[in-house]
Formats: sequence, structure tokens, C-alpha cells
Amino acid sequence: MSDTIFAISSGAPPAAIGVIRISGSEAGSALRKLAGRDFTARRSSLTTLRDADGDTLDQALVLWFPGPATATGEDLAELHCHGGRAVLAAVSRALEAISGLRAAEAGEFTRRAFANGRIDLAEAEGLSELLSAETELQRAAAIQMAGGAFSDQVEAWRTAVLRLSAQLEAALDFSDEDDVSELPPQFAEGIGMLSQELEEWLSRPRAEKLGEGYRVVLAGPPNSGKSTLFNALIESEAAITSDIAGTTRDVIERNVAIASIPFSFVDTAGLRDESEDTIERIGIDRAREQFARADTVLWLGPEGEGPERAWEVAAKSDAPDYQAKPSADYILSATKGAGVDELKQGLVEAARVALPKPGEAALNARQHAVLSDAAQALRGAIDQGDPLLCAEELRQARGAFDRLIGRTTTEDMLDALFGRFCIGK
Amino acid sequence: MHSFDVLVIGGGHAGVEAACGAARMGARTALVSFDLGAIGAMSCNPAIGGLGKGHLVREVDALDGVICRAADAGAIHYRMLNRSKGSAVWGPRVQADRVLFKAEVQRIVKAQANLTLIAGEAAALRLESGRVAGLELADGTALDAPRVILCTGTFLGGTLFRGEERFTGGRIGENSAQRLAKQLRGADLPMARLKTGTPPRIDGRTIDWASLPEQASDDESWTMSALTERRANPQVFCAITRTTEAAHDAIRANLHRSPLFSGAIDAAGPRYCPSIEDKIHRFGDRDGHQVFLEPEGLNTHLVYPNGISTSLPVDVQHDMVRAMAGLSKAEIVEPGYAVEYDHIDPRALTPDLQLRAIPGLYCAGQINGTTGYEEAAAQGLIAGLNAAAGETDRQAPFLDRANSYIAVMIDDLTLQGVSEPYRMLTSRAEYRLRLRANNASTRLTKLGVEAGCVSDERSKWFEHREAARTVLAPLFAQKLHSKDLAEADLPVRRDGGEKPISEWLRHDGVEFADLMPWVDTELAEALYANTDLADEMAEDAAYEPYLARQEAELRDLRASENLALAGDFPFGEVPGLSSEMIERLTSASPPTLAAAGRVPGVTPAALSALLVYARRWQTAA
Repeated sequence: MSDTIFAISSGAPPAAIGVIRISGSEAGSALRKLAGRDFTARRSSLTTLRDADGDTLDQALVLWFPGPATATGEDLAELHCHGGRAVLAAVSRALEAISGLRAAEAGEFTRRAFANGRIDLAEAEGLSELLSAETELQRAAAIQMAGGAFSDQVEAWRTAVLRLSAQLEAALDFSDEDDVSELPPQFAEGIGMLSQELEEWLSRPRAEKLGEGYRVVLAGPPNSGKSTLFNALIESEAAITSDIAGTTRDVIERNVAIASIPFSFVDTAGLRDESEDTIERIGIDRAREQFARADTVLWLGPEGEGPERAWEVAAKSDAPDYQAKPSADYILSATKGAGVDELKQGLVEAARVALPKPGEAALNARQHAVLSDAAQALRGAIDQGDPLLCAEELRQARGAFDRLIGRTTTEDMLDALFGRFCIGK
Repeated sequence: MHSFDVLVIGGGHAGVEAACGAARMGARTALVSFDLGAIGAMSCNPAIGGLGKGHLVREVDALDGVICRAADAGAIHYRMLNRSKGSAVWGPRVQADRVLFKAEVQRIVKAQANLTLIAGEAAALRLESGRVAGLELADGTALDAPRVILCTGTFLGGTLFRGEERFTGGRIGENSAQRLAKQLRGADLPMARLKTGTPPRIDGRTIDWASLPEQASDDESWTMSALTERRANPQVFCAITRTTEAAHDAIRANLHRSPLFSGAIDAAGPRYCPSIEDKIHRFGDRDGHQVFLEPEGLNTHLVYPNGISTSLPVDVQHDMVRAMAGLSKAEIVEPGYAVEYDHIDPRALTPDLQLRAIPGLYCAGQINGTTGYEEAAAQGLIAGLNAAAGETDRQAPFLDRANSYIAVMIDDLTLQGVSEPYRMLTSRAEYRLRLRANNASTRLTKLGVEAGCVSDERSKWFEHREAARTVLAPLFAQKLHSKDLAEADLPVRRDGGEKPISEWLRHDGVEFADLMPWVDTELAEALYANTDLADEMAEDAAYEPYLARQEAELRDLRASENLALAGDFPFGEVPGLSSEMIERLTSASPPTLAAAGRVPGVTPAALSALLVYARRWQTAA
């Protein structure tokens, strides 16, 4: 039988409330030892927690969930204590002293939920994303994954491929018997439609994009107002601004959420080819790398001289040396803030298109790779004239679907996945 | 002499392979049969092989079994089914003369060292503290043996149905069968009922052959056994006819008289080989079904009409047959009938086909819920080799789903059980591209040699073949330029560049013969001396990209095959398994984690729970 585990499941103390979760067969008896009584299932009750010597630890709200219909599939208790460090440490010590109980390892609660059949692999992955979600969009995408929407989709694909395989296998194994007809004409069409659907999913924005944020790189010659605009966009003083050309020598990156959308703003060194300052040169090289990774580049230099597809921005419209950019996308004053809101609005609209839609499950890197295998197999099946090899491609696609929902999972992959959870979930 | 290592009961296809296999492994073996003259009899259709089934018997042959050699000795018609598809799904099949087939089986059995034939009725198993200790014959004779293999076909509660008629059937006498059956039932084994059937036999002299299209024997030289040098018998042709609307009407008007529809038989029959009344009922929109008229031998007039297995009353069979083209004057010699019988749920067996409940007792063939000579032969071989390995210092060859159809079948049976008579199909084999009927020797003979179940004759043949493989290898690696091929009018692009012959052979319209002008004479001669092997190597090359892609999958498979869930694995204690999962896993008792993944209905989450628990359990043990 496995140990009973416990951990602080809320954020790092101190906080107003600290939640300690206990999961396992000894959860009930541990609760009895601390509170001195039994609890009604699924009701919150205020109680006094005491240690083995009878000394009061805390006044806490206690929730008792008998297994197996719980988050972990085991008996589960939650102690909503006061969130001070000393309080939580004392309660943890008291739990640790109970035999059969130990502190949980990273991801162990979720691992138990998975092992006990409460969630499947895709759901566990969604939960992992959910817990690290920082913005509303990230949360909405992760909740789709954790809720099993993607698992249901994979199951549907798997069934579709299975149906196609069955038609093909019938033609292979029974073709000499005239009672079995040849492949139905819709067969190739069926593979084509499925393949297209997968390609569509693969071309969707990825889950990592939500974590990384929509990447906006500010670029332009020295002293074109990049850092001032950068600060206006992130609404803080993260980048050092001054009037001396070349102040920003390296790349500065800040993550902020605008209208619940995660952004990553990047301020780069000014692009001066003639610079002889080595440190600054390195900064310029890095700026060029940044262009390649950017979702949008804001070009603050002379019109038409920026990287391809950059947005033309005139950032110093109120400066005495203002160089007109007649077809600029945005004309603004970074120092006074005029026009900055319009630019933000433009970025939000661009990001909404490029990031996963609210309520849409987004794939992480592993899921994307495995789904690509399935898509590749289906593409191979379309072109395949030999029904035997077509059948093999379909089998490969089925295997990929199985891997997506963890049917043929290996322990390494599980360790890697569950190691990503913070302790207590 | 009443003491043996291995006793085999039954002289059908399973019994023969079990007895000869055990004897080849060096075990002192006896085969007990009620009628020694019936050893090697073909009880139903006079054909060996077919789709999937051809793979099985070639594998039995690769491990030096009997069935393919006997099939060649009796073959009067060779046909490679599915020839138009890829070679991995080709199905070699022969029709054999019953007399010649049986004679060859008997010759091989009698010549087999370590094998004693005992004529007698098996009356009861002798058990000692729950283990098999031997067998008691109906005349009171007691035979000692720590391993007994039951290859008794449908003897368990078999009933024959024909229209309103009923017969109690089974190849062993009624009384003894009852005692043995009672013992098995007493062991509280899970049992179920299945159904199978056979068509009426027709007198060939009453068939109007001239009016029917012929199907001739393949004019190639391939044989069923790797050791057969050439086809032995004159080849006969089959004829093809069809059922007609009139025949269907005769059947429809009498469906209520068929035990299948009157409710007398409710056991499941094979979906892929339904009776003719089933076909008419299920595919009512079809105006006819193909029927092959297959001669049963060179010196008999009996003809087997393949495709009209039936349990209708005799008068309806008569009307139905006469309504078909070419059969208007046909005489039925032996009417068709259906058989309903008990079988053991094969999930009660371990992968060596031993009953978990009665150590030392093995079951092979129809008793395990399979249908077909080929399936029976393959199980018999595995039971024989494993039973012998238990009493000698040898190890049975290691077979798994990646190296043989035999293992695919046994894995399916012991993990999934059966809901209809189990027949081999190529779609059951995941690694079908590497499991071809024509590379069975390459896959298995070496394993057989190491296990010690292969004769000197075959060992030498195999050595010789492997030497030829080494000689031929450079031919496949030899590089040719697309320009040269294009100039010789081969259908390749001029700018295709330089490629090895193995790759050129993947192009449509490029054959060995086309490339010979560039091949060294000595190599070309080696090629023509070993065309079967060369074809096999060319197929390997053709499938190579697909085989390479399967490697990672096979590594994962073998890794989880290594995580053992031994016989006493406590599925009930794995946290989080639902009672449904526990029930499924307990009745299938998968020996490894990989096998657990193949138990039907087992969910990914349940597998992960198993994985986590099994690791802990393994370290604790």
C-alpha cells in the first residue's frame, strides 16, 4: 500500500490562508489525531488542531473527502489553516510525526490522480499547464486540456482511423472471397479529411506560446526612443533610459499581461553598424537574433529601413528633431503617452489572432510532436498505392494517438511530466 | 513401458505436432489415440494454408513440424492467395488428397525417434496433489507422465445438428469422454460453447464440369515446406459456381428448420466463415455467393463445395445444391451438418498452453476455441515443445508478437479469450511487414536449432541458406546509375542519381532480371540458384523504411515485456484499479506489463497504475 502524503498546497507562506492537503489511506486517521473527532464528508467544519501533546496548533477549516471519488482517487483531507510560516510549519511537523505519513514529492498528488485513473495523460498535462498559468488566456487553454477536451478529440480521431483500418484490412484479408467488396470509394477521401483536420490542429498556436507570451521586439537606430516606448508599454522603468546614444547595450525582456493576453516585450540595442564598442556590437547581434524570434517588430527608425513586416512606428512625434514617417502605422509620443494606447490596442488584436483562442485546447511540445507523427503517417497513407503499406501507415497513426493519451506511456515520460508540478498538487 | 515424459492425447493436427515436437526435443513421448489408423485424418475441408493460415503452417515448418511436408506430399492444387497484394499478405494454400496427406503424416510419426504410439481410449487423467501424473486408459492401463497434452478437438459435449436431426458427436467414445470431461469440469475451468459447420460432399461424377469456369493450380514451383524440393503429384483444377436466387429461395423457405434459426444452436459461429443460411439471412440483397468445387483427392470422386457449410435438413440441402449452375444433377454423398461444442476459455492457459489450474496439463487446438487445422497444428507444436522443455534441459524457442504469427495467436487466445471460433488473419499481426509466410525460416529456424527441435536435415539446409545470404548481400549493395538504367529503357528518371540495387528494386517496373546486365556473372548465378532467398532479401529491402520505423516501437514493447507480472501478481491490491479492471486482468493474468496492455478494455490509466505498482512490487519481492 502506498504512503499517505501531505503538503502545503497553496502558495508560499506567509499568506492569509495556507491549505494543507493529505491524501492516502491514513488521511482519515491523521485528521482524527489532529482534530480529535470525525467529520462529515464534503462539509467544511471549523475545528481546533492539536499536536500529539494536546497543544493547540491552529484554528482551521477542515474538509474531508473519502475516496475513491476524490481528486486523487484516495481518501483526501484539506486543512485550511492561517497562512503564517510558523503555523504551517507546526502543522506539517505534527503530520510528519504521524506514522505512515510523509511529505509529498513534486507532482505526487497529480501522479496519484493519474495512477488511480482519475485523469489521463493529456488531462495531467493540461493540469500541469493550468498550475503554471499566469494569465487568463493560459488558464482557459489549460482548463480545456485538463478537462479532457483534447482527450475526447484524440479518441474520436483514433476511432476514425480504426474504421478506415477495418475497411482496408477487410480488403486485405478477405479479397479472395467475393462476398467482401473492394475498398469503398470514400476511403481515400476519409483519410484526406482526417489528415486535413490534423494539419489544422498542428497549425494552431501552441501552448508554449501562451507561456512565453506574444513576443514584441522594439528596434531602431540609437536614440530613436525604443527604451522610452518600452517603458511606456510595460508601464515601469525596467529599461534604463537616457539621451546618450547606445545606452541599451543588451537585450531587455519583460513579460506583462495586457487585456489578459500574455506579452513579452523585448528592448534591443540600437542598430548602428559603425559602432566600435565591442559590448555594443554583441548587443546588436543579439538584436538581429531577436527579430527572427519576434511575433511583431516595432521599427522606430527611418521608414522602410527596418526588418521585413515590421510595424512602422514614429515614437517621438513631440520631439524637436522629429523625422516624419508619412506612412507610419502608429504615430505617438512615448514620453507623454499620446498614442500608446492605440499601439497597445493594435498589439492586442494581433496577439489574439496569433495565440490560442480562449476556450481552445492548445498543444504542448510533446503533443505537437506526437500529433505530427500521426499527421505524417496519414499523409503517407494518402500517397500509398500499396494497400499493405497504407495499412501500416494507419497503424502508425493509431500508435501515435495511443501515445497522446498515454496508452503506451513509458515511466521516463511520466517522471518528466510529474516532476514539473509544484509540490502539493 | 508405461512411463513417459510427455503424453499426447489425440492424433489430429494438434496431436501430431505436439507429439513429434516433444519427441524432437528429446522427451520420451507417447501419442494415445483411439484409432491409430485415423492419425493425420483431415476431418473437414481438404486444404492446408490460406490467408494468415499459410503463415502459421510455414512457421510450424520452420520449427521442423510435420504439416507442410504432409501437405506437399498430398498436394493436388497449389494457389497463392492475395497474389495481387504485397508479399506480406500472400497466403500459400494447397488442396491435398486426404489419403496421401494421411499416409505421409503416418510415415513421419512412425519414423520419429522417442515417440511411442499407443492405441487406446483415454479414460481419465491421473492427478497427484493437484498436478498431472499420467493417464488411465479405458482398459485400465495406467500410463505415467508428468506432462499431458490434450489435443482432443470437439470431444467436450459435442452435438451434431442437421435440420431436425441430432447426434451426439466427438471422436472419443462417449463413456470415456464423459469421465475426462467430468474431470475438467470438476476443475472449475471457465467453459463456453461454440459452433462450426461443414458443407455436403458431392459426387464429382454428377457435376457438369464442362459448363463451369475452371481455376487451375498455380503454374509456379513454390511448395509449402522449405524442405520439399518439387511438387509431387499431378495437379487438378477446381471449378467455380455460384448460389442462385432459386437456391436462396429454397433456403429462405426453410430457415425455420435450420437449428441456427430455430434456436437449437445459440453458440457463436465464425463470422468470417458463416453457413450459407447465415449468408442469405445477413446479406439478403446479394443475388449469389461464390462456391469453389474442390476435388478431395486423386482417387476419389468426392468434391468439397467450399462456401456452403450448412445445417439445413437433407432435403433442403439437396434442393439448394441442384439450383446451382453445373449441379442440376448433382448427388450429395454426405450431407452437411453443424457441430456445437464446449471449449475451455483459453484465458485459463499460460502462454505455454498449460492450464493454470492443473499444472502439467496442456491444451491445444479446437478445445481452446480455435478453428482450422493450421491453428491447431501451431498450438500443438508450442504445447509439445514447452511440455518437453519442462522435462529436459532444453528451452523452447522464444516467440513473441514481433517474430511470429504463432505467438500472435497464443497471445490473443490467452489474453483476450474468444467470442467466436478463432481463426488467424493477417490483420491480427501488428508487425505483419516483417512476418511474411516466405521468410518464416529466416525468422524461426535458427531459434529452432538453438532449442534443439530441428532435425539435422533442416539444420544443414538452413546453414546452406545462410551461406547463400552472405554471398548475395553484395549484390543488393551494388550501386547503379539512373542514367544507365534509363538508357536500357527501364522506367526510371535519368537524373535519379546513383542508388544501390536494393533501392532500385523498390521502383515499379524494375525487376532482378532487368538489372542482370550490370551484375557480376558469379553473383547472377548465385541469384538464380537461390531465387526464393533473393526474393525475400528484395522484399526486406522494399519494406526497409517501414521496418526501421518500427524499431522504436519494438524497443518499447520489449522493455515492457521485461516488466513481469508473475502468476501471483495481486491485481486486486493495485490502488485505483476499478473492480471491472481487476476482473479483466485477473481472468487474463497477463504475464507482463506489455501483455496487460493488450487485455481488451484495459485503460491507459489502469496501465499506468499497474506500472507504478509493479515496479514497487518487483523491488519488494
